[in-house]
Amino acid sequence: MTDPVYVTDALIAEDIDAYLAQHQQKSLLRFITCGSVDDGKSTLIGRLLYDSKMIFEDQLAALEADSKRVGTQGQEIDFALLVDGLAAEREQGITIDVAYRFFTTEKRKFIVADTPGHEQYTRNMVTGASTADLAVILIDARKGVLTQTRRHSYLAHLIGVRHIVLAVNKMDLVGYDKAVFERILLSYRAFATEIGITRFTAIPISGFKGDNITTLSDNTPWYKGPTLVEHLEGVEVAAQREVEKPFRMPVQWVNRPNLDFRGFSGLIAGGSVKPGDAVRVLPSGKTTTISRIVTLDQDLDEAVAGQSVTLCFADEVDCSRGDVIAAADTPPEVADQFEATLVWMADEAMIPGRSYWLKLATQSVSATVQPPKYEVNVNTMEHLAAKTLELNGIGVVELTTDKPLVFEAYEGNRTLGGFILIDKLTNATVAAGMLHFSLRRAQNVHWQALDISREAHAGLKNQKPAVLWFTGLSGSGKSTIANLVEKKLHRMNRHTFLLDGDNVRHGLNKDLGFTETDRIENIRRVGEVAKLMTDAGLIVITAFISPFKAERDMVRAMLPEGEFVEIFIDTPLAEAEKRDVKGLYKKARSGQLKNFTGIDSPYEAPEDAEIRIDTTAMTPEDAANLIVERLLG
Amino acid sequence: MTETMNHLDRLEAESLHIMREVMADAAKPVMLYSVGKDSAVMLHLARKAFYPSPPPFPLLHVDTTWKFKAMYELRDRMAAESGMELLVYQNPEAKERGINPFDHGPLHTDMWKTEGLKQALDLHGFDVAFGGARRDEEKSRAKERIFSFRTASHGWDPKRQRPELWNLYNARKAKGESIRVFPISNWTELDIWQYIARENIPIVPLYFAVPRPTVERDGLLLMVDDERFPLREGEVPVERSIRFRTLGCYPLTGAVESEATTLSEVIQEMLLTTTSERQGRAIDKDGGDASMEKKKQEGYF
Repeated sequence: MTDPVYVTDALIAEDIDAYLAQHQQKSLLRFITCGSVDDGKSTLIGRLLYDSKMIFEDQLAALEADSKRVGTQGQEIDFALLVDGLAAEREQGITIDVAYRFFTTEKRKFIVADTPGHEQYTRNMVTGASTADLAVILIDARKGVLTQTRRHSYLAHLIGVRHIVLAVNKMDLVGYDKAVFERILLSYRAFATEIGITRFTAIPISGFKGDNITTLSDNTPWYKGPTLVEHLEGVEVAAQREVEKPFRMPVQWVNRPNLDFRGFSGLIAGGSVKPGDAVRVLPSGKTTTISRIVTLDQDLDEAVAGQSVTLCFADEVDCSRGDVIAAADTPPEVADQFEATLVWMADEAMIPGRSYWLKLATQSVSATVQPPKYEVNVNTMEHLAAKTLELNGIGVVELTTDKPLVFEAYEGNRTLGGFILIDKLTNATVAAGMLHFSLRRAQNVHWQALDISREAHAGLKNQKPAVLWFTGLSGSGKSTIANLVEKKLHRMNRHTFLLDGDNVRHGLNKDLGFTETDRIENIRRVGEVAKLMTDAGLIVITAFISPFKAERDMVRAMLPEGEFVEIFIDTPLAEAEKRDVKGLYKKARSGQLKNFTGIDSPYEAPEDAEIRIDTTAMTPEDAANLIVERLLG
Repeated sequence: MTETMNHLDRLEAESLHIMREVMADAAKPVMLYSVGKDSAVMLHLARKAFYPSPPPFPLLHVDTTWKFKAMYELRDRMAAESGMELLVYQNPEAKERGINPFDHGPLHTDMWKTEGLKQALDLHGFDVAFGGARRDEEKSRAKERIFSFRTASHGWDPKRQRPELWNLYNARKAKGESIRVFPISNWTELDIWQYIARENIPIVPLYFAVPRPTVERDGLLLMVDDERFPLREGEVPVERSIRFRTLGCYPLTGAVESEATTLSEVIQEMLLTTTSERQGRAIDKDGGDASMEKKKQEGYF
């Protein structure tokens, strides 16, 4: 066993104050380790922690006992047991999530994202890599470059990790053979060039024995490069480069303790700022000057990328959470249609056309994703045709947001180019994305200003436009009640139009089937048509099963506040099935009809519909009267 | 300002960013304040994050009535200094049944802390609670997210935590669900001490060595902090120069013999020591290997 190397500095015992002064000024490097299940990743991390004395005697005693009990190294210490955290994992013998470890050397503090090598956990590696300056790709010297090696390298490169270290591990098991090392190096270089990795550092190591981790090993006299730790201590930290870029700060919080102070708090995402600098607030584009940079300690003369500060303006310019304060002469772009790479992270596949929350920096908007242009096979780097992305799928897509986003290409600025997608129903983070560029479509298609406004259209008809959105199971009574409502309104001289589910499928939507994706597109089109009709001043009545809350909310979001009236025709499944006016339930039960709502496709009942009709307690006539009353009352 | 930020600057900036990010989606946030050194740092960071405004949430101390006297003193002083509201919660059932660490063992932690915390959060309807846990403290914490989701019954499911990419946090939640946010996740014990020294943050004097009345029991060196400490037959409190590396309920917190009376000396001892920080905590030891993970699933912080 080697002695602890770093922190047992004689200075600690002799002159602690001198030691502390010296150690105040360390920089911070975040890196990620990737490798296959048996590449010895946990052992390497355990070794780094052990060598830097991050493991104490009580932990060591537990480790020794554990090693003998469940370890895989016989009577020797199994360092992997130090870092395999959760009980379930220890039983399975694999790590299944991202864990963060810490150690420190004379020169640097390190945060290690320990990510699993298991086939199905691309998602975890992307997560770990998103904050990393450097990736250590582990290779088992006995096995050479494997499919997993290629996958890990591709992912690290995709996320923009700048420094790649190829750690050829288990050199002790190949007799520290130089030829083995060089063969692996050659084959990796060929592959790396292919995917765009131009520079990497290869180091022959043994995590188990400690070769070339902290000290150059006598076992590899042919190796002249740095040890792993020397290399980690030497590479440039990403934050240093961000300072050179134009100034950007996404606003997190408006700081307003009293009427005399108004500041904008955020973490600087690029460049630097000084009082007196001209800045532009986006997306509004208004300009002003920075008057103060406020912190608890004192006002600053300058603040740089990576710092959390509060900025004050010289003028009263509107600015709130989600806005980006940027250098006035080099502002980032604003757009609402993009091309992006998506990494799908949820068990439930991506649904093209569905509206998701998109969070980028401090901006939150609704976004819909088109079917992928292609999916990337992470093992072969081939581009494949795909209709959707499944868990761990990576693809290039186009996406549209409901409000303009302030952004930069991910390559240029991680903060303004990296985003996540959130499922609106479950609130789960379902994807991570990286923006490439805005689509010219968005730049070239402008809104035409119309002289006759929607208010003018409605005014002529002497009514307030609205969409009465009926939702409910097949056979619940939507069409029946909707028809009655339209008849009543018509008699009262209201200008109406009824969009019926079945009818629309004969024309506008005859190209659509009944898959989840098609059903969403069906509703999107109906929503757009309904919206145009309300612009024309009409009261629109729609009767669609519209089973998914996300799509109903999408249509709601298209319309001005108060114009979308959700009417839930609440008929229990048993009752609707008993009626079975069109004989559809029978077909669905016998398997002749697929994706039938209520049978093999879910119905998400509205939680707070404007109007709920219980058809087991009310006749269609009474229901129609109630709806008309509520609309006009 | 120097162009290169050192590791403490970067950790501080990250923590401030996390705290401000919470304010975007939280309806009713609260900061759990346990009066220890991690809480002290967290409170200091909160004051920095929102300055010149006071932190826009109250402090909550889930009290067990068995903390060290010196902790109660500092708690009240810091709340007054920060201008924040201080809420103190004591589980009424535990109080009524007289639950204490001497007679009730693990039930003491379960009722006062785990149950007490759940009750306090439910009582006030807090949807986000800041906590001072660090990933380097204990193995199951290393995988904890910064934004950690809890079900309506405060359960923690390690398999259903959301991926955290870049510095983007998804703080959306359904009614009844809550989030525990750990803004100092990435700090180590050494970082905490260095930062306390750099920022001159007030901490409980128990972290510094002075002669205190102690007894040795079950391998721990316990301080006789008040007259409620039941001495076993033959036990006589002995004055020893001791200090604490972590602070909890005094009957459950082991002291170390020490001569460290300044921050520098405390750090020096920490760097030269050979046992881990949580080693003095009786709480981690019941339930075997996965003890802390199990406690978290039940709702312990």
